[in-house]
Amino acid sequence: MAENSIIPVIQLIVIGGSAGSLDVILKLIPALHPRLPVAIIIVTHRKPSNDEILVDLLNAKSTWPVKEAEEKEPVEPNTIYIAPTDYHLLLEKDHTFSLDVSEKVNYSRPSIDITFESAAEAYGPSLLGILLSGANADGVDGMKSIKSHGGTCLVQDPDSADVDYMPRQAVEQVQVDKVLPADQLAGFINSLFLNT
Amino acid sequence: MEFEIQDKEMDILLQNVLERYGYDFNDYSKASLKRRINRLYALDKFTSFEQFRRQIQTDSTYFRRFVEEITVNVTEMFRDPSFYKAIREEVLPVLATHPFIRIWHAGCSTGEEVYSMAILLQEAGLLKKSLLYATDINPGVLERLRKGIFPLRFIKQYSENYIQSGGKQDFSQYYTAKYDWAKFDEKLAAKMVVATHNLVSDSSFNEFQLIFCRNVLIYFDRNLQNNALQLFDDSLDSLGFLALGAKENLKYAPIFRKYKQLDNKERIWRKIA
Repeated sequence: MAENSIIPVIQLIVIGGSAGSLDVILKLIPALHPRLPVAIIIVTHRKPSNDEILVDLLNAKSTWPVKEAEEKEPVEPNTIYIAPTDYHLLLEKDHTFSLDVSEKVNYSRPSIDITFESAAEAYGPSLLGILLSGANADGVDGMKSIKSHGGTCLVQDPDSADVDYMPRQAVEQVQVDKVLPADQLAGFINSLFLNT
Repeated sequence: MEFEIQDKEMDILLQNVLERYGYDFNDYSKASLKRRINRLYALDKFTSFEQFRRQIQTDSTYFRRFVEEITVNVTEMFRDPSFYKAIREEVLPVLATHPFIRIWHAGCSTGEEVYSMAILLQEAGLLKKSLLYATDINPGVLERLRKGIFPLRFIKQYSENYIQSGGKQDFSQYYTAKYDWAKFDEKLAAKMVVATHNLVSDSSFNEFQLIFCRNVLIYFDRNLQNNALQLFDDSLDSLGFLALGAKENLKYAPIFRKYKQLDNKERIWRKIA
């Protein structure tokens, strides 16, 4: 792909989604190349219930290890991290995780904005943010922050989203780099690292 | 977020705060602290970093607000009900064998969890012989704890938490509702000792059979976490219990080998050495 030459090496991919995003994530993860030199963090809005169910579900579908992000844990490549429910997940400059139980943002904890903003500051141009389906404006400020720190923004095509409000807000308010239908997200990620 | 404090500015600010007021935030986790500082700056409509810094340095009333806003004071009654169920069923029967029970809630914030514990003790018939030490870095939140008045809009959630924690009474017997507030029974507060305590700089002040420190260590860097845990270890009786937040762990701490986690998934450890 021609884009490869202009996109800097991506070290971290942060994916945010709300209503209707789980299906997209469940399709994206099995389609990833089994080994890529990048970490993925997934922040989804869901009820504070059993986190293990989601982690187990994703592990069953994924060739990558999937785990809940733990505080102070270093971010490792080829690993998928899930933000725990009822905590905000932040990235530190030394590429470790911090947890935070401060107020909800946009009625949400974890908040996509908080993870995206802290990741933008910690990773700068080596960050790719992906915003998926959702009925909430959470994530839009985070995408702005990723752009202003030189990162890359990708949005699920609102027309392919279950609930289009979240991706549509991002497309309208942020200079996003790419808009892709759900079924092309994994292929795009793979293409960033593989010469296909 | 439009304003972003620079790393260098944050270092200067924290150094000023340490020199002027003796509060040391240098070993707090940076990402979260920075977000709180940016939030306060926007909330109070400052227009320059210098103005913000001057206000903190020269106005000790504003400094109190600074501490209250940059430390996280989000809490609830019977937070994580399954945790309180474990306290009720596994820890209280052990405490009951002691002639006198001392419990420390370190970093208790506005005290919802201290009141929760007082309710558990009362229901077990142990409140009479207990003392609950409630401490926080932040004098403002302790004033609210002393009053025992919490927003009524949260009571439905608290009541559900209480039932999920194994509570069998009518929860409304513990408070009187007035306008938008619920005032908790003064009998519960009668056994509380409330004081400021800074986990970063202050030392141990008593011996306890149970220490709660929930969702405080996540804001500290590893070094400061280990210092706080050492302080708890110094303050716990042998065979005492240490209770942490749902995502906090002892497993990386030097004191780890002296403790055994209870046989459930709750974050409660017992001192065995």
